[in-house]
Amino acid sequence: MADAIMITKKLGFDETELRLGLPGAGDKKRGFDETVDLKLNLDVPSDHTDFQGNNVNKTDSPKPPAKAQVVGWPPVRSYRKNVMAVQKRSEAEESGGGVLVKVSMDGAPYLRKVDLKMYKTYQELSDALGRMFSSFTTGKCETQGMLDFMNEGKLMDLLNSSDYVPTYEDKDGDWMLVGDVPWEMFVGSCKRLRVMKGAETKGLAPRAMEKCKGRM
Amino acid sequence: MAYSFPEEVLEHVFSFLSSDRDRNAVSLVCKSWYDIERWCRRRVFVGNCYAVSPEIVIRRFPELRAVEMKGKPHFADFNLVPEGWGACAYPWIAAMAEAYPFLEEIRLKRMVVTDESLELISKSYKNFKVLVLTSCEGFTTDGLASIAANCRHLRELDLRESEVEDLSGHWLSHFPDSCTSLVSLNMSCLGSEVSFSALERLVARSPNLRTLRLNRAVPLERLANLIRRAPQLVELACKQLKALSGFWDVVPSYLPAMYSVCSGITSLNLSYAAIPSSDLVKLISQCQNLQRLWVLDYIEDSGLEALAASCKDLQELRVFPSDPFGAEPNVSLTEQGLVSVSEGCPKLESVLYFCRQMSNAALIAIAKNRPNFIRFRLCIIDPQAPDYLTLEPLDAGFGAIVENCKELRRLSMTGLLTDRVFKYIGSHAKKLEMLSIAFAGDSDLGLHHVLSGCDSLRKLEIRDCPFGDKALLANAAKLETMRSLWMSSCSVSFGACKLLAQKMPRLNVEVIDERGPPDSRPEDCSVERVYVYRTVASRRRLDMPDFVWTLDEDSSLRYS
Repeated sequence: MADAIMITKKLGFDETELRLGLPGAGDKKRGFDETVDLKLNLDVPSDHTDFQGNNVNKTDSPKPPAKAQVVGWPPVRSYRKNVMAVQKRSEAEESGGGVLVKVSMDGAPYLRKVDLKMYKTYQELSDALGRMFSSFTTGKCETQGMLDFMNEGKLMDLLNSSDYVPTYEDKDGDWMLVGDVPWEMFVGSCKRLRVMKGAETKGLAPRAMEKCKGRM
Repeated sequence: MAYSFPEEVLEHVFSFLSSDRDRNAVSLVCKSWYDIERWCRRRVFVGNCYAVSPEIVIRRFPELRAVEMKGKPHFADFNLVPEGWGACAYPWIAAMAEAYPFLEEIRLKRMVVTDESLELISKSYKNFKVLVLTSCEGFTTDGLASIAANCRHLRELDLRESEVEDLSGHWLSHFPDSCTSLVSLNMSCLGSEVSFSALERLVARSPNLRTLRLNRAVPLERLANLIRRAPQLVELACKQLKALSGFWDVVPSYLPAMYSVCSGITSLNLSYAAIPSSDLVKLISQCQNLQRLWVLDYIEDSGLEALAASCKDLQELRVFPSDPFGAEPNVSLTEQGLVSVSEGCPKLESVLYFCRQMSNAALIAIAKNRPNFIRFRLCIIDPQAPDYLTLEPLDAGFGAIVENCKELRRLSMTGLLTDRVFKYIGSHAKKLEMLSIAFAGDSDLGLHHVLSGCDSLRKLEIRDCPFGDKALLANAAKLETMRSLWMSSCSVSFGACKLLAQKMPRLNVEVIDERGPPDSRPEDCSVERVYVYRTVASRRRLDMPDFVWTLDEDSSLRYS
C-alpha cells in the first residue's frame, strides 16, 4: 500500500518546484533511494464506455498518455471510485447485449421499447412495429403504409399522405428515414425510433424524392 | 451560608443546554456544577477516538444515551493512511455495552466495526434506536442481520459510504413484522439484491419513513409503488437512476406521484448516477425546495445554470468527477458552473466542487456573490494548475474567498498556490476550523502563517507541501488547541517529531512510516507521515501496528 509518491513537475515553473529537504538545507531533495519506485497506477479499463453505454473504443481517438498518478489524487474516496468502476463495467456488459431503443409513435399515449438485435431485416422490424402499434392506427391504409416503406414508389405516396413513416435518431442526433442504410449499420447507429405522421416527413429523404421523381 | 439552587433545579436548567460547548462551560463553573452536569449529560461527541479512553468517558458521564465518534483522520479517505492503522470500535462498544444499558444512539465515522461489535450492540441495549456508520468498514451483512433482528425499536439505520462485505441480501428480512419504527434507511452501499418484497413490506409498515436510500436499479413500476406507499419521503436516492431517467417520456400515471414527491424533496444524492444533463435538469427543476444536491459533473455548466434558476433554497452543492483519472475533460463543466450557482442561489453556504480549470477572476466573483459561505472545497484535477487565463497562482482568488467569507469554517484548496495565500488565510480566516492543503506553498512561512493566524483552527491536514520543522516547533503550543494535525510527504524530520513530543506531553506524536524504524535513519531525515493529536488518554495506544511509532515521555521510541 501507499507505494508511490511522485510529484509531477508542472509547466516548468521553477518557483513551484517542491524541495523536500529541510529548510536551509539548500537543494537537498528527498533522496529517491529512500522513496519507493514509481508505480504507474493506470486506472483505465480496456473498454471505455460513456454513460449511454456506447462503446468508445480507445483506439478511435488518440488520447494523451496517462500521467503518472499520485497516490490519493484526485481526492476521490475509494468507495466512490469502486462504485463508479463497477457501474462502468456493468454498463459495458449491458451494452454488449441487446440494442434496446425507445419507439414512439405520434398520437400514442406511451412509448415502447424494442431490441433491434431481435430482428435481422427491416421487414421483421416493421412487422413488429406494426403489431406493437396496431391498436393505435385506424384502417388498413396506415399499417399497410408502414409495411411498405421499403418500396420507394410507395414512399412517395407515404410522404405525400398522412400515413405513418418510421424515422430514427442516429448517433449524431440527426433524424433519418428508416431504410436507407444496410441493416447492420442501422442497428449500430440507431438511438431511438419515432413513427411520424407522413405529413411531417417532407424534407426527410430528399434523395429518395429525387429518385422517385426521376422515375416518374 | 452556602448559596445554591437545589440540584434538581440546576439539572432542569441544564437540560435545556444541548450544545457541547455550553455544557463544557457550565461544568467549569464550580465542582458542584461539574458534578450535576456530568450526571445529566446525555450526548457525547468524541472527535478523535484516541483523544480519550472509554474508561475516562464512562467515569465522567455515567448516563449517556447517545455517543458519536470519529476514528481515522480524514486523509484516510484517499488511501494516505496505511491499512491497519487503528480506529477499532470494539473496545468502545464493549466498554459501553457494560456501562450504558440505556444507550440509544451510536454514530461512528471512519472506524473499523466488526460483526462482533454489531452483534454486541444489538444485544446490549433494550431501547436502541439509531445506528449510523459513516465510511466505516470491517463488517458484513451478517452483522446487519443481528441489528435488524434484535433492535426492536430501531428508527434509523444508516450505512452511508461504508464498506460492507455483502454476503447476502437476506438481512433485510430479519426485521420482524413488529418493527414499525423506521424513520430512515440508507443501504445504498450494499451490492447484493435485497428481497424487493421484503423492502416493500418494510416500507409499507413504516409510517414514519422519511429517508430512503436504495442500492439497485429499481424497476420503474416498483419504484413508483414504493414512493406511493411513502408519501412522506423527503430524501430519496437511488444509486443507478436508469429507472428514473426514462420517466419523463412516460405520460402520467406515475408522474403525479413523482411530482408530488419532488416538491417535498429537500435532499437529492445523484452522485453515483450517470444521468445526462438534460434529464438531470428535468428532475431538478421539479424539486424547487431542494436544499442539498450531490451530483456528478455530467450536470455540466448548463445544468448548474438551470439549478441556479430553479432551486433558490439550495444550501449545499457537491459536484463529483465522473472521470477523475482521465487526462482530458469528458464533460463541459468549468468554473462557470460554480459562478452561476453562486450568483443564483442566495442561501448557498457549502460547496464541494471538482473541476479542471479555475481562474482568480471566477473565485473573486464567487467570493463577492456569496459572502455567506461556511464550507468551500475546491478541487482542481491537476493539483498545481494555475489560473488558466493568466497563468498566475490562485492566491488572489482564494484570498478573496477568505476575506469576503467571514464565517468560513472549512476550506480545501488546490491549484498553484504560494506562501502568499497562507498569509491571506492567517490574516482573514479567523473562524476557520478545518483546512486542507495539497501541493501548495513555498516554505515554512506558509505553515507558520496558518498556525499563528487562524484562531479557530481545529483540524489541519497537509500533503506534499514544503513545510518542515521550523514552523511546527515554533507553533507547538498551538497544536494543543487543535484536535489534530496531519502532515504527509512534507519535510518534517524525525528529530523534530521527537522534540515536539518532548515539549508537549499532552500531544501524541505518531510517526507513520512504512520504511522501518525511524531511528534506523538519520534524524534529519523526513518522515513519511506524522499525525499529531492532543489526548488525555495514555500516549501509547495499545493497538498500534508496526509502522506507527510514538514517543514516550522520556522520548524513548516506543513501538508495538
